[in-house]
Amino acid sequence: MSSSAAVPFWRAAGMTYITYSNICASLVRNCLKEPYKSEAIAREKVHYSISKWSDGKSEKPTIRSDVAED
Amino acid sequence: MLRRGCSFLVRSCERGVAVGARSFSADAPAVAAVDSTFVEAWKKIIPNLDPPKTLLSYMRPRPPTPSSIPSKLTVNLALPYSSVISSKEVDMVIIPATTGQMGVLPGHVATIAELKPGILSVHEGNDLTKYFVSGGFAFIHSNSHTDIVTIEAIPIDRIDSALVQKGLAEFTQKLNSASTDLEKAEAQIGVDVHSALNSALTS
Repeated sequence: MSSSAAVPFWRAAGMTYITYSNICASLVRNCLKEPYKSEAIAREKVHYSISKWSDGKSEKPTIRSDVAED
Repeated sequence: MLRRGCSFLVRSCERGVAVGARSFSADAPAVAAVDSTFVEAWKKIIPNLDPPKTLLSYMRPRPPTPSSIPSKLTVNLALPYSSVISSKEVDMVIIPATTGQMGVLPGHVATIAELKPGILSVHEGNDLTKYFVSGGFAFIHSNSHTDIVTIEAIPIDRIDSALVQKGLAEFTQKLNSASTDLEKAEAQIGVDVHSALNSALTS
């Protein structure tokens, strides 16, 4: 049985639903009026460290951050 | 033995069909508030202590589907960081589904709808509250409870129209100059969201 369901344009371009949904949300957040906009941006800031593991050892971690380094 | 197994299967299928295809219904069975098998097993081994409360007893049971259509709809609007509406009894909600604006009244058939960026309106008596949602899903259950989940839901008066116009112009321009599929898709998303915000401002 071939799946001939019409795919949304973002899926056809290789984007996943999560990416699409996050892009929509950040666009909406950028159109907020001033005090709410800065609260929303502050709320969505992320700060984490990520490292790939291979052969049971972790390689050098990289820090992904929206908060400026002090 | 296997032949008997086949005939059992056939007989139960016939019985199911004969009863009028009621064996499949969209209702999930109500879950008991206490896990009775656990309690009995506990009492057999440790009769003197009370059995500890399991997670199941802390959960509120699913409200049953009433036999007649209820007069109010119970709506929940949840964001990842906040519960905007929590078990509010309203008359109607209009959700921006990808297939168009959908009105949900009490007694609506159980539906799962994907939402597009647009206006969600909650009608309660003479009160009308509108939110602009950035997409998400709406789950309408057969017991007239509706759960709407989205990433951002903002009251219309918090939208800045200058930023909306600027974004719309910017993304229309990006759409014209986009080359790869991904760029085109991102520009198209930008145009869709900003046009929806624009029509929310003017509605």
